[in-house]
Amino acid sequence: MNILVVDDERDVQILFEQRFRKEIKNNEIEFAFAFSGEEALQYLNDNNHGAVLILSDINMPGMSGLELLRHIKEKYNAPPPLVMMITAYGDAENYNTAMRLGADDFLTKPVEFNVLKEKLKAIQ
Amino acid sequence: MLRKNKEIESTLNKLQSTQAQLIQSEKMASLGELTAGIAHEIQNPLNFINNFAEVNAELIDELNESIEKNDLSEVKSISGNIKDNESKIIFHGKRADAIVKGMLQHSRSSNGQKEPTDINALADEYLRLAYHGLRAKDKTFNATLKTEYDPAIGLINIVPQDIGRVILNLITNAFYAVSTPKSPKGDLTYTPTVSIKTNLIKSPSGDLGAKRSIGDSGIEKIEISVSDNGPGIPKSVLDKIFQPFFTTKPTGQGTGLGLSLSYDIVKAHGGELRVETKEGDGTEFIISLPA
Repeated sequence: MNILVVDDERDVQILFEQRFRKEIKNNEIEFAFAFSGEEALQYLNDNNHGAVLILSDINMPGMSGLELLRHIKEKYNAPPPLVMMITAYGDAENYNTAMRLGADDFLTKPVEFNVLKEKLKAIQ
Repeated sequence: MLRKNKEIESTLNKLQSTQAQLIQSEKMASLGELTAGIAHEIQNPLNFINNFAEVNAELIDELNESIEKNDLSEVKSISGNIKDNESKIIFHGKRADAIVKGMLQHSRSSNGQKEPTDINALADEYLRLAYHGLRAKDKTFNATLKTEYDPAIGLINIVPQDIGRVILNLITNAFYAVSTPKSPKGDLTYTPTVSIKTNLIKSPSGDLGAKRSIGDSGIEKIEISVSDNGPGIPKSVLDKIFQPFFTTKPTGQGTGLGLSLSYDIVKAHGGELRVETKEGDGTEFIISLPA
């Protein structure tokens, strides 16, 4: 499974690589990282939207995670990749907007990695 | 005569203490703007600290297993990971620490001491706090942030919490300008944009310096510019914006002291605060300070 993680905090990459070190070692999951919405779209263009699942932070400078979600769901419709939104603000408004724009799931920060792993297993 | 003088002195004292109170309340108001941003900014480093600490606990278990198995190369690799994570924990701990210190510095009464300050870092810190503060309050708000920091600036001798307040005030105003209802054109392609730029400006002796006395070889100043592509400031109010208590915000939402205090702070630094604005295009505030 290919997963693109989008977050403006660069250490998210090291954290995910450590949290999923077993899955990466066993070739169960392959991660790519983008540090802005713009970078994420670039990655999806360059890689023939190869990411199966996109975990995106909502609160990012520039293109927000919600805008990124809208772009992905509008542009890549055959079939669009799964998008899981992550935000520090687990409020109803963000949740409703994300769902309306076609988000497949919604997590709040801090990410419970056990919960996230369960969700990923369910998708696989 | 003596009685009159006493009266005047007492009135003056009252005025001075009222002024100090007003300045403090404006500071607390701008701290309020920052609170949500600060909470958001602290949450991220704390998440990293918790996560990396948890990962390390798991890694130590694995390390012990590898020791049992006498797998020395695995032991080395795991202990390397633990060490890296440890440095991440320290890094993010210090990051949270710096945010709290900055917050305390902002609310504290300024001791008026100038110190060599990294203007670019100061500007960037307040930009982030103001942005996340607004985003936390208004989830629909989004703006493109453009930064252009002149690395040649180096350290400038200023009272950091005072100039910090000026920068914060200008940034908060710029965000307000791009978040108010859009132009009547109803432009769908409008991207709210706030830019912050710093510049070291040298005027060679042949230029501005020519008018100065011999030996005064070129003066240096720095500029901090905060601009937005909001609706601009109407001509009718432009000459009032630096007046105390002047505000265009609804009653109770602005003290009307932000720009007036900012102006005084910049003046007290021997600098200048000026504005360039065009209705429909946007506004730029420029702080210039002697370098």
